[in-house]
Amino acid sequence: MWDYTDKVKEHFLNPRNVGDVEKPDGVGEVGSLACGDALKLTFKLDENKRIKEAKFKTFGCASAIASSSALTEIIKGMTLDEALKVTNQDIAQYLGGLPDEKMHCSVMGKQALDKAVENYRGAPSLEPGAKIICECFGVTDKEIERAIRENNLATVEDVTNYTKAGGGCGNCHDAIAQLLERVKAEPKTDAKPKLTNLQKIRMIEETIEREIRPSLKHDGGDIEISDIIGNRVIVALRGACSTCKASEITLKDFVEHRLRELVSPDITVEEASK
Amino acid sequence: MKTIYLDNNATTKVADEVLEAMLPYFTQLYGNPSSMHTFGGQVGSKIRDAREQVAALLGALPDEIVFTSCGTESDNAAIHSALLTKPDKKHIVISRVEHPAIRALCSHLGTQGYKITELPVSKNGILDLENLENSLTPDTAIVSLMWANNETGVIFPVEEAAKLAHDKGILFHTDAVQAVGKIPINMKNNVIDMLSISGHKLHAPKGIGVLYIRRGTKFSPFLIGGHQEKGRRGGTENAAGIIGVGKACELAAKNMDTENNRVKQLRDKLEHELLKKISQSRVNGDIENRLPNTTNISFEYVEGEAILLLMNELGICASSGSACTSGSLQPSHVLRAMGVPFTMAHGSIRFSLSVYNTEEEVDFVIEKMPAIIERLRGMSPFWNQEGQACTNQ
Repeated sequence: MWDYTDKVKEHFLNPRNVGDVEKPDGVGEVGSLACGDALKLTFKLDENKRIKEAKFKTFGCASAIASSSALTEIIKGMTLDEALKVTNQDIAQYLGGLPDEKMHCSVMGKQALDKAVENYRGAPSLEPGAKIICECFGVTDKEIERAIRENNLATVEDVTNYTKAGGGCGNCHDAIAQLLERVKAEPKTDAKPKLTNLQKIRMIEETIEREIRPSLKHDGGDIEISDIIGNRVIVALRGACSTCKASEITLKDFVEHRLRELVSPDITVEEASK
Repeated sequence: MKTIYLDNNATTKVADEVLEAMLPYFTQLYGNPSSMHTFGGQVGSKIRDAREQVAALLGALPDEIVFTSCGTESDNAAIHSALLTKPDKKHIVISRVEHPAIRALCSHLGTQGYKITELPVSKNGILDLENLENSLTPDTAIVSLMWANNETGVIFPVEEAAKLAHDKGILFHTDAVQAVGKIPINMKNNVIDMLSISGHKLHAPKGIGVLYIRRGTKFSPFLIGGHQEKGRRGGTENAAGIIGVGKACELAAKNMDTENNRVKQLRDKLEHELLKKISQSRVNGDIENRLPNTTNISFEYVEGEAILLLMNELGICASSGSACTSGSLQPSHVLRAMGVPFTMAHGSIRFSLSVYNTEEEVDFVIEKMPAIIERLRGMSPFWNQEGQACTNQ
């Protein structure tokens, strides 16, 4: 049964500010279909640089929708600096509390807000020259090309398995196919030489930095290397990942898989005890 | 508000006839069936009748029926017995879509030195018997495969699977909790060694289960205690529950035609109309080999829990394969095993009907669902983008 307060139910059944603000000053998107929830927040400022209008679109459970609704109500009339001080606890409190397992819904609201403000202030979010190919999961051409190159990917399905790109609506499949063609035409480099320990540690660090962290961050999580002992990589998951029930799958199916592909097939990834 | 209950794979209403049969055994005929006196002994004879009623539904012999407390206990008892009676064998074969009663038990056994093989299923949830055959080794103690899947209703070819196992001297158990009472089962026509039933899935109360053990199958009890159930399950009999499940099995045999005709027609109408009225929706699981009462439908770009909560506002009860309902964001292990795309898996709803559902109820759901999905899609950040993208194609 749902352990929701009346306020959560009320905001779910009658959500405020659903939609997209026209000509928004800031747009923030977090989450993905794969994660099971996603939020798009748009806002517009008035002449005093206060939030005049804020709207949301949310894919997710009742508390995700209620949290989004609450957030847009809370931030209206605030300056951006004031809005940035709103915490996920404030959102939960506004709703009279959320069940523990639903707190990520309020975190998502907070993250979308941060992103929208970042977007307004012009912080760079994509690597230079990169273009989003997969809109559903926010995967860029650079990321896809890199994955194709480093893993010898041959089909669109491979690309989806490695980068999530193309796993949503499928509208980017043609674009992915073109990237596959383009990379295929590039001259091949030689196979990987055997690594020294130091090289391996560096490569693990680089791979996590380049291949893994951006994806996790995209979903509101993060990762830190705690230790590397031989082929054992001990990591700590942070942010949304640390409370995510699927974190074990993230570790094995994603982090370990990538490190095995890109560094050495003998690597195992473990989570540092919390 | 009227409740429209389309969640019969979760649990069912106790049939009026079942309740009536049980009631005297609480306050009037409360004797212990093991007692010497007539007052208790008469309960024992009623339990014998119940055993015959259960056996009759399965085409089994009464002494092949052991009463337990639930389907989970039956599953646990079957697997434990297989491992104890074949102590030198350390391998168990199950499927990736088994109920937690089997999956969680086996993953626990996996930490106790047993090797577990989880067979994959196709995108329609179908089991490949060739995979099963290839997985069997001289070290395999038991194969346990569900007869019908609780989430999708997909039916496994367990009778053929049992034969494959038997040919190699391996025990075969099936969790038939969802199948018994919904599709005809005749244990005379197969070589299945053990089979689990749960009372509350077929209009008996919660707290009563059955384990069928084929005559001649070595059995080592799970609950050790008194001599009840011929030493195969200790503990004073749940007399009222046993009498209830007996009656429920008798009713199920009578209702088998209704289940496979009227209930199936209602299910088909519901499914057909929802798919027709709601774009970008699809059925999960093979539509041919399926229970007559179950349909699992995915509505793209919306999340299952939100759908359920809006249905709840109208008194409509169903389930979702989206695990946000259970606190984790992973779609169910069944939908993942079938490779249902994430865009679909999160918005899956299981409707499971029973003989007590009416056409009016189904019509009401057909009328209300499109607006529920539309309302949530209107809030979804993916829907507009996709909607526009789709019209561009």
